Amino acid sequence: MTRYFTKDHEWISVEGDVATVGITDYAQNALGDITFVEVPEAGKALSKGDTAAVVDSVKAASDVYAPVGGEVLEGNPALEEAPELVNTAPDGEGWLWRQSVADAAELGDLMDEAAYAAYIAEL
Amino acid sequence: MNAPNASGWKPEMGPAGSALPTTASGDKGLQLEEALIFELGQAGTYGVDLPEPEAAPVAGLSKFLRKAAPALPGLSEPEVVRHYTRLSRQNYAIDLGPFPLGSCTMKHNPRLNEKMARLAGFADIHPLQPKQSVAGAFEAIAELSDWLITLTGMAAVALSPKAGAHGELCGLLCIRAAIEAKGEDRPVVLVPESAHGTNPATAAFAGFRVESIPANADGRVDFDALVSRLGPDVAGVMITNPNTCGLFERDMKRISDAVHAVGGYVYCDGANFNAIVGKVRPGDLGVDAMHINLHKTFSTPHGGGGPGSGPVVLSAALAPFAPLPFVQRDDAGVAHLIEEEDAAAQGHAQSFGRMAAFHGQMGMFTRALAYILSHGNDGLRQVAEDAVLNANYILRSLEDVLDAPFAAAGPCMHEALFSDNGLAEGFTTLDVAKGLIDEGFHPMTVYFPLVVHGAMLVEPTETESKAGTDRLIASMRALAERAKAGDVTLKSAPHYTPRRRVDETLAARKPKLVWKD
Repeated sequence: MTRYFTKDHEWISVEGDVATVGITDYAQNALGDITFVEVPEAGKALSKGDTAAVVDSVKAASDVYAPVGGEVLEGNPALEEAPELVNTAPDGEGWLWRQSVADAAELGDLMDEAAYAAYIAEL
Repeated sequence: MNAPNASGWKPEMGPAGSALPTTASGDKGLQLEEALIFELGQAGTYGVDLPEPEAAPVAGLSKFLRKAAPALPGLSEPEVVRHYTRLSRQNYAIDLGPFPLGSCTMKHNPRLNEKMARLAGFADIHPLQPKQSVAGAFEAIAELSDWLITLTGMAAVALSPKAGAHGELCGLLCIRAAIEAKGEDRPVVLVPESAHGTNPATAAFAGFRVESIPANADGRVDFDALVSRLGPDVAGVMITNPNTCGLFERDMKRISDAVHAVGGYVYCDGANFNAIVGKVRPGDLGVDAMHINLHKTFSTPHGGGGPGSGPVVLSAALAPFAPLPFVQRDDAGVAHLIEEEDAAAQGHAQSFGRMAAFHGQMGMFTRALAYILSHGNDGLRQVAEDAVLNANYILRSLEDVLDAPFAAAGPCMHEALFSDNGLAEGFTTLDVAKGLIDEGFHPMTVYFPLVVHGAMLVEPTETESKAGTDRLIASMRALAERAKAGDVTLKSAPHYTPRRRVDETLAARKPKLVWKD
């Protein structure tokens, strides 16, 4: 399983045909306490860069973009009752949605973990 | 600085000693504990006596007829008056002290405005009464229009929008109407990061697709990034000038020329017009549409104190599409209300429709006109100068204790921007804001604009005196030093309010929407 990162602080993990998307620890820390998450519905078609989810925190409402194109398989149902999972486990239980990957070549535009770590060190 | 009770001629304030008595009422002197109105009173008590109905309820209501009495609280008039007055004692208002809420322009509401707005010829009229009976109101509206057009250097003004964001929508609908009239398809509106947050929402609401344009390192629109995105699909740009970093967009004219060159339109968010009124005419900068918040620049009350009003000034290119109704002078200078039946004859067949049922907030028009006339040309220019001077005074007085990300680039406009950079580990902008409540001020704007981490946006407006501004600066300086030193008492501020710090996260995650289950 390989994890990729975007400059907008989304992560995407690909396992077989299924990719899981979330926001990074850096992003949740910058946003502060998350109060509400709007996740996409299954079946929604996403192009790379589309707004797929919205994360509300005490500070701001932020769009979350699709790192790659594909079709939404499911939004994380746990976030409706427990949006704080994005704060406590951004890399795990706080995932936002699962999707297919329409074009694996789009993953090539993203950063790997080391490149992302170097990227946020510069911010 | 004039410290309160500096000479000590008044007794000590607040409770003395450590062993404080509890009170039977729950009130603590002038600190009032107030129940919800539903917890007060008793059934059968009324503020007014209504006569018994003369006939049985109208037949035909059938299933809509109420079966049980509504659960209204039973209170007498003095009980209701006291309830809301006691609640108001727990609030903070512009009439109590500085309200340095950046981007909101909470300035003093002159009492002369209020006196003028209460004149019966303005206050006691109805939008549906015969037009010939309200000629004076039309004249006042026309005079306000003349001033707004002159101050902005534009061709026309639409007065009906009810607030800033409503004005934005009006401007965008004019742009859409102009594009449709030319038979073009331009789905994209460009919005820089330094714009007001309402701008992208407005563009989306008006049916456009929003694309964001980055800010450059000095907090202004990245001109090259904007120009490189221009094309035949771009309807226009929405630029807040002065922007939300409190900076003047120096490239405005170049941006307008570039947008016009590709057939687009320029919307300017005029919420910060108070910083440039009498100094710069947006029409000269190539702006096609701009709303003016009468409740900001022209001192009409807002923030719970009264309705907003967001007139939109329009360039000659957009004026034909302005919404109805509006007041227009005839050749003899007499003001008339133009509505649908006269629109074609008066040359307004292309109007996109209505933004509101009637022609706008008369009470706000009267107040704004009173403010304009009492200041005059020179006074309005001084409004902008003093607003900018006060903000720069704050910027330069605090930049040694608070990080001011754009201070090195030069003076700011009407608001000073700081970040949370340099506060002790674990201390945030929110802690400074809560501390400011203990200091007796309304907090500054926090976490906006988003381009600065932990933003604190301070807008003193022109109505704060130097003494008042010095007190605010002294408090902010003390708070900055406490936050940098890691003073834990700041984490639990405010301490001197009727209620301690509320858990905003819990309130947002699990809101209580009813007072009892």
